Amino acid sequence: MAERAALDIPDGSYVNLGIGIPELVAAHVPEGREFIYHTENGLLGMGPSPGPGRGEPELINAGKKRVTALPGASYFHHADSFAMIRGGHLDLCVLGALQVAETGDLANWSTGAPDAIPAVGGAMDLVAGVRTIFVITQHVTRDGTPKLVTACTYPLTSPGVVSRIFTDLAVVDVTADGFQLTELAPDVSYEYVAERTGAPLIPMDSSVSKARSRS
Amino acid sequence: MIDKTVASPAEAVADIFDGSTVMIGGFGEAGSPIELIHALIDRGATGLTVVNNNTGSGEVGLAALIKAGRVAKMICSYPRTANSRVFPELYRSGRVDLELVPQGTLAERIRAGGAGVPAFYTPSSVGTPLAHGKETREFDGREYVMERGLTADFSLVKAKAADPHGNLLFNKTARNFSPLMAMAGKVVAVQADAVVAIGGIDPECVVTPGIFVTRVVEVADPAQESDLVASGVSYP
Repeated sequence: MAERAALDIPDGSYVNLGIGIPELVAAHVPEGREFIYHTENGLLGMGPSPGPGRGEPELINAGKKRVTALPGASYFHHADSFAMIRGGHLDLCVLGALQVAETGDLANWSTGAPDAIPAVGGAMDLVAGVRTIFVITQHVTRDGTPKLVTACTYPLTSPGVVSRIFTDLAVVDVTADGFQLTELAPDVSYEYVAERTGAPLIPMDSSVSKARSRS
Repeated sequence: MIDKTVASPAEAVADIFDGSTVMIGGFGEAGSPIELIHALIDRGATGLTVVNNNTGSGEVGLAALIKAGRVAKMICSYPRTANSRVFPELYRSGRVDLELVPQGTLAERIRAGGAGVPAFYTPSSVGTPLAHGKETREFDGREYVMERGLTADFSLVKAKAADPHGNLLFNKTARNFSPLMAMAGKVVAVQADAVVAIGGIDPECVVTPGIFVTRVVEVADPAQESDLVASGVSYP
């Protein structure tokens, strides 16, 4: 999924990667392209992990894992970091999701369970300010419940922000008409994916749609 | 002669009073002023409202302050972290309040407070539960939510270097909220890995100008939270 998502990131993009699977995107930069990674805790030009047992406790990413800074990197405080985010200076953000609705609504911060400790971090700022939002997620939950749905039941991170979803089964665009299948994983059929999608899924050959992208 | 240096962390936090609002720098362990927090625990002030991105880990630093029952309310964006056990337990049993704020909104509220701006509009959290009950307004066809600036009675921050005027440099991603909190605190106590002579920091490179800083204490070899947690330290 991470490798597939990396293929759709244009050369020269300033990119923020969410915690978890999105972090793996950095390991799959296509040959000949250069991305500059932003981590919202205050670093542009983030490089790969320094390796197990190495690195510094005060050089970390948003997931609080140790990282490196590439030549040409810069450090800044949180107000500047979120000015980059909210001010529309980042090109693209790759996030995880609990649910994505066919309208592009994203829920990725809370299940709303009464005993849960709510935690939001920078997700609401990222989706409010970054031009293009990609989501990487399993197509269904561990118990088989679809994560691509007509309407999110979990509390929203933001309405109408997701452009494209990369799952273990397919690549799906969010269009004005709903979920548009754009690519199937190897050996996976349209029917198999549609059955596991909690909203209508427009087949690949039925229309030519373009992923949402806000200006 | 202006000299903001003090002799000990205890002296730097000696006037923190019960019920005060305290901003504590750091994102996870990066930039956490552990020695100042431990001095605050020793001081005994309680009923505190604490502003930090997280809630500490293990039983040292911020987590130890919470464990000691000194924190009435946390204002933060992400109270769940690996090794964060103290806060979840107290929160579930209703012994500490939580005001959850999107991370960028938290940063901007602190910046605004320190800059004399009482409120501002942001697109973050519009259409979500975190915007409930807040004033909204449309600008140029888009909806925004009003957020209030935040100030504090005290800010505790960690710097890499300071001079006696309080000019500060930070270390890598340990900078995070600290320059903002230095602006927003009435009294700002800084622990610095090194205190250098006046002129020892290039004016072009100063990150936090000394006007924002009240006290500076040198803590030459600060403890790292992850080291303390790994060796099972529980403060005090």
